[in-house]
Amino acid sequence: MTARRIVMALAAPVSAFAFSVLISSAVLIAVGTNPIDAWAEMLSFGMRLETLIETSNRATPLYLAGIAVAVGFRMNLFNIGVEGQYTIAALLAASAGAAVSLPAALHILLIIAVAMIVGSLFSGFAGYLKVTRGVHEVISTIMLNAIAWAMVGYLMRTWLADPDDTTLNLKTREIAESGRFPNLNGLLEAFTRDIKGGRELGGFILVAVVVGIIFHLYLTRTRSGYDLRITGLNPFAAEASGVDPKATVVRAMLLSGAVAGLIGLPEILGDDFKYDLSFTKGLGFAGIAVALIGRNHPAGIAVGALLFGWLDSAAPILDVRGDAPREIVSILQGVVVLSAVVAYEVVSRVRQAQEARDTAIATAAQTDTGSDQPEGEVGA
Amino acid sequence: MSPVPLKESRSLRWMVAILGLVLVLSVTQELARPETTDLISAGTAGSTLRRAVPILLAGLGGIWAERAGVVNIGLEGMMILGTWFGAWGALEFGPWWGIAIGIAGGAAGGLLHAVATVGFGVDHIISGVAINILAPGITRFLSREIFATQTGGGITQSPRVESVGHFDVPFVSGGQIFGWATPDIFGWIDDRGWFLVSDLFAIASGITSNISWATLLAIALVPGTVYVLWRTPFGLRVRSCGEHPVAADSLGVNVYRMKYAAVVISGGMAGFGGAFIAIEQTGIYREAQTQGRGFIGLATVIFGNWQPLGAFLGSILFGFADALQLRDRTAVHALLLLTGVAVGLIALRALKRSQPVGAGVLILVSALMLWWYSATDSVMGELPPVTPHIATLLVLVFASSRLRMPAADGMRYRKGQE
Repeated sequence: MTARRIVMALAAPVSAFAFSVLISSAVLIAVGTNPIDAWAEMLSFGMRLETLIETSNRATPLYLAGIAVAVGFRMNLFNIGVEGQYTIAALLAASAGAAVSLPAALHILLIIAVAMIVGSLFSGFAGYLKVTRGVHEVISTIMLNAIAWAMVGYLMRTWLADPDDTTLNLKTREIAESGRFPNLNGLLEAFTRDIKGGRELGGFILVAVVVGIIFHLYLTRTRSGYDLRITGLNPFAAEASGVDPKATVVRAMLLSGAVAGLIGLPEILGDDFKYDLSFTKGLGFAGIAVALIGRNHPAGIAVGALLFGWLDSAAPILDVRGDAPREIVSILQGVVVLSAVVAYEVVSRVRQAQEARDTAIATAAQTDTGSDQPEGEVGA
Repeated sequence: MSPVPLKESRSLRWMVAILGLVLVLSVTQELARPETTDLISAGTAGSTLRRAVPILLAGLGGIWAERAGVVNIGLEGMMILGTWFGAWGALEFGPWWGIAIGIAGGAAGGLLHAVATVGFGVDHIISGVAINILAPGITRFLSREIFATQTGGGITQSPRVESVGHFDVPFVSGGQIFGWATPDIFGWIDDRGWFLVSDLFAIASGITSNISWATLLAIALVPGTVYVLWRTPFGLRVRSCGEHPVAADSLGVNVYRMKYAAVVISGGMAGFGGAFIAIEQTGIYREAQTQGRGFIGLATVIFGNWQPLGAFLGSILFGFADALQLRDRTAVHALLLLTGVAVGLIALRALKRSQPVGAGVLILVSALMLWWYSATDSVMGELPPVTPHIATLLVLVFASSRLRMPAADGMRYRKGQE
């Protein structure tokens, strides 16, 4: 029974990935390149230590974004606004971090706190509109994205940009040494070889791991997380058993935004130490993709984030060697997302049918197993 | 919920409303300090129309899908497909083919959405989001393969694209008939500078001169959509799938087929909107040039209460905001005066209806707007582009009880299951 469960659980993501590789290969053949060469090239380049470090650095914000989205998805709340939430959170956190000087740990904690509060204020507003005025969160968060970007542009231009800076690239002041997150190069080099090319393994991955663990414990071990999950499974049953649906919605949105606030911090605390116009965009939407692939499960999201991070890190070699256009990776990623959501849907339907059959057989045989109750899996 | 046919009383009311709006705008333009000349002008009117078209098309696309019960967050992605395929088609075969191929590209995106949501029963929002992620990946790859090898093109943009052509309406805006230049009557009255009258004719002149044929086609899709959805058996079937698919099924409607058709049409409309941006508005494909207009189109669906005419008015409003900020910042500043006074009037009405709390808040807002108007000379450039988003939020917050979306909108439908 459990073996079948595992096979069923893996069937969808594995077949979705295989399908995406197939489609991308077909596209590569269509444009006259050899897909096998391209994939082999990516694999061999992708196994180098430096590429794996890059993978980790790219996966860290993606993972946080995936968790932020998943907090909402677990109760059927679609926080499309992660994109705007993390951008404005990063700007304000970077500005706050540059404005103060504190002992190292406190300084970093302050920056993290500012980011989480700003992120949760934005998402919480959407949650508030949903429970008080019935505004669907998909629409309100999409609208709030644009409003957040406009606020970022305005704040940068007027108040927060470094006035001593004369270049066209607006930026906030740099955060002092005490507010910077250490890298893990020393730790990693103790186990492997020296890291070349000036690459740094960002330390924020530890925060991401902790967030993932907390998310898991919250959902499985706390009353509030349980409320959130069962509201996602069956809102009516949840309400009948005493869960306050409005409070749960607002809480989920606040949590989602708080995690969203963290997304930009690997870049702010570990790499740039300031917010500028070249700040990475699109992580919120990518986080939705990662959460969908990982089926809103902390471990699944990690797989999705690492997959996307690795693809992005390994793809440039295709251009260097000229085997294939690196942009094939963006097609691969897009197809993975769409085929994964379809595959999960199909598998869950097959499983439901199977469980119905099993139950029917069990009842017909008059055997009271009692434990055949299907345990619901939440998800996309 | 069908739109009432335009009876005389109704069209009269419309004319009065439009006249009143123009009057208000003219007065605002006269009173506003610092002075502005672009709040109402032929240029603003023409620009508003051009900017409204892609939003309108996305909005109509949204209506098609949602009337059939499928929420289409993927409009943005389908629009992106439209920009790329539109530009590519225009380069290869000429501008009209570009429009057609852009529509086909968007429709292909719609088909994907339909396969996922209708065929496989995937959640509509999730499928739409996935399409929004997939579409830029496809266009990025295709640009790399095709545009990057052409002169003037690159990974993120195409070479210049030729437009489908423009015309002036003869006799009113100086259009030509067989090479004979007819008089430009509207323009002449506009130039006289008569209060109100010239403003009215300025708008008329703006929307009748230098009109793209594609604009004409897009606007024709408004009555076209009304006609097909509300006046034909096909439209009735599509709408019945959005209201009560089980009932429709019991009456012999092929619900799956109707939903497929509607979502593909929806994608085609969004694709047209994308192609319009690339071919008509900018004359070039550029990555991310849709700038979230698919989402604004979605907003007009709600704004317009799932009615094509409502979406049209919404797109004009949003196009106006878009046009003003590009042309004249002082005109946007003048709008502060207008909104301040308007909110004040609404506050008075609330007071008369003995709603003291609401009136208090509104008076405060009105005072803030007027203070803002008098204390500054211009509005920050970031505000006008987000007015559609703010307006949509406000409508949802304050008028959501008057909105009625299709009853089965966004719900999963499986044949034979309640």
